[in-house]
Amino acid sequence: MNFRAVGTIYHFELARAWRTLLQSLVSPVISTSLYFVVFGAAIGSRIQEVEGVSYGAFIVPGLIMLMLLTQSVSNASFGIFFPKFTGTIYEVLSAPVSYLEIVLGYVGAAATKSLILGLIILVTASFFVPLRIDHPFWMLLFLALTALTFSLLGFIIGIWAEGFEKLQLVPLLIITPLTFLGGSFYSIDMLPPVWQTVTLFNPVVYLVSGFRWSFYGISDVSVGASLLMILVFLGLCLALVGWIFKTGYNIKP
Amino acid sequence: MSHDIADATATETRPAERAHTLQATPSVIAVQGLTKRYASGFEALKRIDLDIQHGEIFALLGPNGAGKTTLISIICGLVNASDGQVRVNGHDIVTDYRAARAQIGLVPQELTSDAFATVWNTVSFSRGLFGKRADSAHIERVLRSLSLWDKRRNKMITLSGGMKRRVLIAKALAHEPQILFLDEPTAGVDVELRRDMWDVVRSLRDQGVTVILTTHYIEEAEEMADRIGVINDGEIVLVEEKAALMRQLGRKQLRLDLQTPLASIPETLAHYPLSLADDGHVLVYTYAASPDEHSTPASISALLNDIEAAGVRFKDLHTEQSSLEEIFVNLVRKDA
Repeated sequence: MNFRAVGTIYHFELARAWRTLLQSLVSPVISTSLYFVVFGAAIGSRIQEVEGVSYGAFIVPGLIMLMLLTQSVSNASFGIFFPKFTGTIYEVLSAPVSYLEIVLGYVGAAATKSLILGLIILVTASFFVPLRIDHPFWMLLFLALTALTFSLLGFIIGIWAEGFEKLQLVPLLIITPLTFLGGSFYSIDMLPPVWQTVTLFNPVVYLVSGFRWSFYGISDVSVGASLLMILVFLGLCLALVGWIFKTGYNIKP
Repeated sequence: MSHDIADATATETRPAERAHTLQATPSVIAVQGLTKRYASGFEALKRIDLDIQHGEIFALLGPNGAGKTTLISIICGLVNASDGQVRVNGHDIVTDYRAARAQIGLVPQELTSDAFATVWNTVSFSRGLFGKRADSAHIERVLRSLSLWDKRRNKMITLSGGMKRRVLIAKALAHEPQILFLDEPTAGVDVELRRDMWDVVRSLRDQGVTVILTTHYIEEAEEMADRIGVINDGEIVLVEEKAALMRQLGRKQLRLDLQTPLASIPETLAHYPLSLADDGHVLVYTYAASPDEHSTPASISALLNDIEAAGVRFKDLHTEQSSLEEIFVNLVRKDA
């Protein structure tokens, strides 16, 4: 294992985030605050408590998930798309590093960034609403697993994308809708019965539900199902990344 | 051929492997039957065989689209081969890619760089990527040798094209490679910088680094190379020592400007390979340029005597030697 190479990629990527601190950290924090103003204060004031939790506090886990998912995908996809786009990927491909090491470096950095971001949003949220975390270990585990899984997805998108349009396409058309419809801002009990069933096909429901459970002990689906779902998704992403490197798809003709 | 290199590698291989290495790899790079076929069916490389020897500067010459970059890209790990094998100091580039790639530095043709990284950071990044311990003294040496030391804190985006090219060379040298690939190193580079780069390449060779450069500037190959390989249409047309290539294929011409034009070559001179040019104003004698063909000077003096005897008068004479460029054009044309 070429740990030094993994560390080099990892630090270089984090340094890139540091250079672009404004869009990396500040803008998600600002948009989260806006969500709190709109959903928490304006709309939330007219909504009753959800399963014993104030609406403002109820949406915190969903909001963090929303940011975590979109940021993981965009961080990781940009991280690998950019070297591909500018051509600097040649160096990584010509270096004595394995595919696993490349993935560890890029995905590790992207996941770290979104993990830090998630924690910053959590802190930001605590200024707006009273927070309670019943299961801190599980909270961190869900946070880490989700950041990792969706950074892997982002990596895949970054390899797949041949232009900036494609790079935006998946987050815009899939990730954001799935997250909004994934119970970030509501409990699925609030939906009509038909939609309750439909929504069970949305993987994000399981992530949000499990994550919310780690805060307040309430969930839409069982915690086991949530964990299983994220592990299945992680496995799928790993398999896809493995296939990409095995075939050289879009990266090594 | 290059046992010293094989010995050097032996320090990191087991005895059994070492025996195998010594036997199997007389060259620093051994390419066998290398083929690259794209999905479209286009064959960029057609069963290439090539051996690069330790410590030489090897110029790979060929027109655009001949397969130069594809060949380099496969050896360096950027492109998958369809068929064939490449060994770098005995290490297969697929099954033993770590050992193979660790020895290679690559300077790509295109000026790619992380625009907002500083020179120092991007060069240090390259060293780390190759798994080498950080060594600021080495990075400093490399940057100084390429006149980049003053620019070390500059962001890549602020550098000129020539400076970026130097940074790419510095990045390739950051991990102290034994083999350096330069893909069109002086494309779009001004004359002064080109001379500087040639000096850098020569000094690397003097340090024992094997250098493989691709170029379509004949001047570059003629100036730099120990050996020249010509690639055309995915095939190696020829590999030869530069001097031998010039000797074998280079022709010299003795041109005599005549006082009065000739309609035809006189009977008494018919046994010489003579021809007339410029409507009979110039008499051309073509002979091999090789200095070790003893007959040449003798035959020139005999020729001059016979010309004198035939009553042909000339007012001036000069000789011309064909350049590598002409040799190259002839080769590629013949092949096509």
